[in-house]
Amino acid sequence: MKYSDYYAALGVERGASADEIRKAYRRLAQKYHPDVSKEPGAEERFKEIAEAYQTLKDPEKRAAYDALGSRPQGEEFRPPPDWARAHAGAGAERFSFDDVDFADLFSRFGAGGESRRGGPLPGQDFEVPVQISLEDAFRGTTLSLSLSMPEYDAAGIPRRVPHNVKARIAPGAVDGQRLRLPGKGGKGFHGGRDGDLYLDITLAPHRLYRTTGHDLFLDLPLAPWEAALGATVQIPTLSGPVSLKVPAGTSAARKLRLAGRGLPKPRGGAGDLIAVAQIVVPGETDARERALYEQLAAASSFNPRRHFAEENA
Amino acid sequence: MSNETEVLWLDETRVVSLRELVDLSGLRETELLELVHSGAIPASGPPGAGYSFGAHVITVARTACRLRNDFELDTRGLSVALRLLERVRDLEEEIARLRAELPR
Repeated sequence: MKYSDYYAALGVERGASADEIRKAYRRLAQKYHPDVSKEPGAEERFKEIAEAYQTLKDPEKRAAYDALGSRPQGEEFRPPPDWARAHAGAGAERFSFDDVDFADLFSRFGAGGESRRGGPLPGQDFEVPVQISLEDAFRGTTLSLSLSMPEYDAAGIPRRVPHNVKARIAPGAVDGQRLRLPGKGGKGFHGGRDGDLYLDITLAPHRLYRTTGHDLFLDLPLAPWEAALGATVQIPTLSGPVSLKVPAGTSAARKLRLAGRGLPKPRGGAGDLIAVAQIVVPGETDARERALYEQLAAASSFNPRRHFAEENA
Repeated sequence: MSNETEVLWLDETRVVSLRELVDLSGLRETELLELVHSGAIPASGPPGAGYSFGAHVITVARTACRLRNDFELDTRGLSVALRLLERVRDLEEEIARLRAELPR
């Protein structure tokens, strides 16, 4: 088992009062709580802070924690038999603590826990972030998740065990989609229900498409003459290439919508694919092209900045 | 253990009862009802035990439970926090939508 320095996590001295511990926790929670913070690594940092506070705010758990002595953060150690007898319940001294997570020990098994009294303990819910490709969101996919979750042994000690879950994700997941897998969280104890597993889906950035809900946006580069004269162009969609008619006189940023070519929706139908026109000018022109441009410039009365002149009139 | 499992989508297409929402969120029934009455959690159907909720509300209620536990907030504080978080989420979605429209 790896030692966690809870006092260091909260930035307080080992002799800190309950009030000092509470104030330190509140200050850090406001900074790192994952529901309100955008700090990088906030979620992991908050887990350390919350784990430390859950133990140090409870006088009985704090006494059990202090009885382990002070050690370097992350040091491998085993609680002495007299500690197990005093704080972890009858019979606990016979068990190995090698595959016990320090946080699990204090959060569920610490002094006075339900597991020692024999009452039902519900399994823990878990939330797992999962990133999938846009193609997988479109077609649907099966996720294979390998997780580590606490399970109670016969003595009520929570031990980390591997937990493999396969989840079939139907087509149409969008960025921010939440999914629930009932009973696939931590195992309950003494008749408590198994916890749930929640998946927070994000879509991996795609080299062509940008998503918003079920709609997809695609940059559509057009040559100046295609934009001016109109054209039929092939564009890629998630279900294969389709032809798109670009109207004559298409300006940059014009949106051309292909209905139903976005991500499928749960109740049928699909979002749209929106091609955003971009006028792309060749970087280099040969003599003939340049001559044609000059001919066009001479022949045209088009002034794209006419409104500037109106502003100054 | 490795078998394909049932996956429930937490969106508006699925509905949960007040009792289910209590079980899934960790909030007490009285807290949930106060959050509904304050407008922080949307519900439909007959008031009280007859309320039903879109499954996407499970995420909101679980967030409320975390905030209650982690910041020791009462339901008035929770209501304000949830409304502000909803506004932040709406604005983030609006920014994401506008960014998606911008050419790369």
